[in-house]
Amino acid sequence: MTILLDPTSEQSPTLRPRLERPERLDGLTIGILDIAKARGDVFLKRLGERLGERGIAFKHYAKPTNTRPAPLPLQQQIATEVNLVIEGLSD
Amino acid sequence: MSVAPQDGLIAVVKRDCPTCELTAPVLGELAARTGLQVYTQDDPDFPETVPTRIDDTGLDMSHRLKIEVVPTLIRMAEGREIDRTYGWDRGEWERVAGIAGLGADLPESRPGCGAKNIEPGVIERLKIRFNETGLKSRRIAIGEDEDDQEAMYERGWSDGLPLVPPTEERVLKMLDGTARDPQEVIGLVPPILAPATVEKIAINAVMAGCKPEYLPAVLAAVEAVLDEKFAMHGVLATTMFVGPVVIVNGTIRRRIGMNAKGNALGQGNRANAAIGRALQLVIRNIGGGRPQEVDRATLGNPGKYTYCFAEDEEGSCWEPLSVERGLTPGQSAVTVFAGFGLQGVVDQKSREPESLCRSFAESLKVMFNVKSAPSADALIVICPEHERTFRNAGWSKARVYEELYKLCEIPGEDLVAGAKGIAEGGPASRAGTMVNKFRPGGLMIVRAGGGAGMFSGIIGGWSSSGPRGSTPITKEVRN
Repeated sequence: MTILLDPTSEQSPTLRPRLERPERLDGLTIGILDIAKARGDVFLKRLGERLGERGIAFKHYAKPTNTRPAPLPLQQQIATEVNLVIEGLSD
Repeated sequence: MSVAPQDGLIAVVKRDCPTCELTAPVLGELAARTGLQVYTQDDPDFPETVPTRIDDTGLDMSHRLKIEVVPTLIRMAEGREIDRTYGWDRGEWERVAGIAGLGADLPESRPGCGAKNIEPGVIERLKIRFNETGLKSRRIAIGEDEDDQEAMYERGWSDGLPLVPPTEERVLKMLDGTARDPQEVIGLVPPILAPATVEKIAINAVMAGCKPEYLPAVLAAVEAVLDEKFAMHGVLATTMFVGPVVIVNGTIRRRIGMNAKGNALGQGNRANAAIGRALQLVIRNIGGGRPQEVDRATLGNPGKYTYCFAEDEEGSCWEPLSVERGLTPGQSAVTVFAGFGLQGVVDQKSREPESLCRSFAESLKVMFNVKSAPSADALIVICPEHERTFRNAGWSKARVYEELYKLCEIPGEDLVAGAKGIAEGGPASRAGTMVNKFRPGGLMIVRAGGGAGMFSGIIGGWSSSGPRGSTPITKEVRN
């Protein structure tokens, strides 16, 4: 029998169930996160306008750069201020 | 088989030691007069002068007594050691034994020999048997009917090529390559931000095929890519081609036999290959960064198996990259650059630096796309025959950087969308302006390669070069 040492971080991934999709958007606030990819702002601005036309509350957020994960304060701010988030993943 | 040592005198010896042979008559005398217990490391029939010897070929007692040299003479009292001497030294033996006139026919002193229990390969096995390794990683038992390689593939540890199985013994030997504490955390490896301990890095270095003496370079490379300014998460996650390219400078290059000359960027040198591979395995196994998962590369590049080489400092008329980046000459260092592939620069006719610079600049300007500017940083690997042209003209590296930057100015009208019949490009407002292909300071030059061939290379960077993305990082190699 060979004994090997585990080269991984030995973390068992925790599978977290997704939150259930809300039936309606009425009364909810939607976060719109611009990850700083080229022209993402154009698309997301228009998306905000469309939500506004339907009377749905929304807030815009922006990552300083697409090359790094969102700073923790921004993640926390989004989590406390909105119910749903829309983000554009690439250009 | 070893038995527990009793109070009184103990000697540990081996036949394969001339000093032990020399002391055989003294051992016999002490056995007769004091009941000396003799533990034999290699041949249970040695020494014949002692009627009852204790077989310690399993080396358990030698290990428990922490024997480093044979012969060793120890006095025990109340179950613990109170005195010890090693080698042959009449005065010392007489003192420890409490008997005068020992070995009158022997020379005054003779140095001993290395004990078997501390031989490389043996000490590791003993530490494992006595559970003294201090290694914290989970042990994974591979069944006798299982193939080690297949078991490692199944667990997802491999980059696609076979791995060296990371046994406890190999990992212990690997850790001998550094004085750093195995539990020291070098940084948090993205994407899962798991701590990279020296031990975990050593395990991956074993799998990559490293020798223990490579480990300091691997540790420095890991430390460099985990620097916030390198943005390893983004370098991994991007759809672009890049991965970390490792350039090694300083005395370690020659100490571990790295290749900075012919085929420096190619196959065939163990240190070049294994250091770069170890870094990639750290990202994969500790950080959980895998292709088609968080690694979103569209094509990737072959350098994501391994991309590591040494600079030919001795042959260069310029200061090494590490010195240019603030370290002292000779200091061992690694520099990491988020780069990909290799674009050849073939110029066999330029004999003047101005002409050669224009060749480099025109080649640099096509990186990514002729329409792309500013595009990304680039690393120029200049071959000896090209460097000679600059050397003969007395051009410093700073001057080459300056001239190249100037030559990489591009008229904006060439860059706008639709120009040259290519839809790709920037806004029409660029027309009439000059746009540089690079950000200021976005070029790096190192010298490497064989003596024949006017063939340099460009290693392209990441579109997110610079402070908002990745900047090259240089770290000292610490032992």
